[in-house]
Amino acid sequence: MTADTTTPTRIAVAAKLQGRRVGWGESAFQLATLIGLLLSLGVLVALLADIVAGAWSVVTTRGADFVSTPISLSADTAGVLNGIIGSVLLTIVVAVVAIPLGIAAAVYLEEYAADTRPTRFIQTNVRNLAGVPSIVYGLLGLGVIVRLVTALGAGGSANGRNIIAGGLTLAVLVLPIVVITTSEALRAVPAGIREAAYGVGATQWEVTRHQVLPAALPAILTGTVLTLARAFGETAPLLLVGAATGFFATGGQGLMEQLSGTYTALPVVVYSWSRQPDGAFRDELAPAAILVLLVLLLAANAAAIIIRNRSERKW
Amino acid sequence: MTAAETRPDPESVGAAATPQRQGREEVVFHLDGLSVHYGEFPAVKGVGLDVRRNEITALIGPSGCGKSTVLRSLNRMNDLIEIAKVSGLVEYHGVDLYGPAVDPVEVRRQIGMVFQKPNPFPKSIYDNVAFGPRIAKTDDDLDGLVEQSLRRAVLWDEVRDKLDQSAYALSGGQQQRLCIARAIATSPDVLLMDEPCSALDPIATLRIEELMVELKSDYSIVIVTHNMQQAARVSDRTAFFTVDESVTGHRTGILVEFDQTGKIFTNPSNPKTEDYITGRFG
Repeated sequence: MTADTTTPTRIAVAAKLQGRRVGWGESAFQLATLIGLLLSLGVLVALLADIVAGAWSVVTTRGADFVSTPISLSADTAGVLNGIIGSVLLTIVVAVVAIPLGIAAAVYLEEYAADTRPTRFIQTNVRNLAGVPSIVYGLLGLGVIVRLVTALGAGGSANGRNIIAGGLTLAVLVLPIVVITTSEALRAVPAGIREAAYGVGATQWEVTRHQVLPAALPAILTGTVLTLARAFGETAPLLLVGAATGFFATGGQGLMEQLSGTYTALPVVVYSWSRQPDGAFRDELAPAAILVLLVLLLAANAAAIIIRNRSERKW
Repeated sequence: MTAAETRPDPESVGAAATPQRQGREEVVFHLDGLSVHYGEFPAVKGVGLDVRRNEITALIGPSGCGKSTVLRSLNRMNDLIEIAKVSGLVEYHGVDLYGPAVDPVEVRRQIGMVFQKPNPFPKSIYDNVAFGPRIAKTDDDLDGLVEQSLRRAVLWDEVRDKLDQSAYALSGGQQQRLCIARAIATSPDVLLMDEPCSALDPIATLRIEELMVELKSDYSIVIVTHNMQQAARVSDRTAFFTVDESVTGHRTGILVEFDQTGKIFTNPSNPKTEDYITGRFG
């Protein structure tokens, strides 16, 4: 092939391959997306800065003392210990109730239930339930769960508005989320793994128990930890099922007394303090309590990420 | 329409349809009038063929001709698809595979399967092979059984030092041989292979083909393949399927011709078979 015949082709190809200049429309779009990002980030940063600024004096003067002393009427000695204890106990109740129930429900829906109209109706409505405002669950807790707990003799000194009732209410609140995340984790297990297990003569139970659940476990665990974090930060339903007072929970009792007595939770402490007429509570202690809450939630999210990375599987 | 209503009497049909059968014990699978419906629509219709012991039987044909569906009805994998309905006769050593007393789980222990895409469990190499024997609770000497199965699948020398490593660390061809080891660890009688080489490179394909030829002294093998050369290379008998829309108005698979592989590829009796194997369609 000679240069004479290739040169015109080469020129034409070079012209076709030449980059077009970026139009103003594309630049404007890029700018708009950047502004969107900066605005949302900016709000978050401002919020955090405000909280840290408010909490700063408490953090520097009280330090660890703030998280290890109980609630008090005096701003100088008030701490969030009761709130942390209450929140941790609530979260344990949620974990014990919602995780097994939710995983069981999801396994049934995904692995056992026939794909019929009722099944699909239930699946759709589990999703709808996850979108119901939490205050509605609070009303359910007050109307049904508090009475149920009292009727079962676990009402204690708080007449049923205790950690058991609060934990059960939060468990019902997060149950649909556990079902959805578990369902999605199960659905993400490749069909090939199921087929392979059936192919060597496994029963449906063996396929689910030995292959599908282990393969889905990392995703289930991640979703579950995030769900518990959601329950940990929830406030509105607890205000209805008894934590609103926020001052009476004390340590040092028997476990049953702790579970059935009056209680408070960290987000409720924040709510309660931010409504105090005393400026020290409103402007310094409340932000400090928020900071504690945020640190605990970030720790939960970090745990979820670590669990996911540790047990991540590729297929 | 249920399977029971449409299933012909095994004795009369078996005797009438295949007078040339040479000794009942030679025949592992005897199919007659096998149809599989997905919902309303027949995916494959009226299939009759015999799979013989210690032979490789290849099912070939264009996409959608129902060859995989037929394969999956041989170990009742179609049971896992809710809308699939099998009718007609599938006899395994003379026993109606869809009879009321037959447990599909036991069927799959006797009739192993290897799939299109290598699908090891997300576990160690050892646990992949040991899974079948463990659930079957036949694990007298599990270590020995795992080694023997891996040796039979010609994988032992490559993995003997890393049995506790993830199966996903293996190459595609090694994974597929692991899947074969897993399938033979339950000591099946038959191996069903659904396009086992379609995701593999030519060298890995060659190794699997050599393995199949070696395994046929102990097992009867049924293989679905898109690759006609593969069918010609490894199989003893070949069934050619095609898609026919004239019967039902839908794309329904039918069996065109079933014969010795040599005859199918050199002197087919049906012109459709000839068109396909000479590359005129499909």
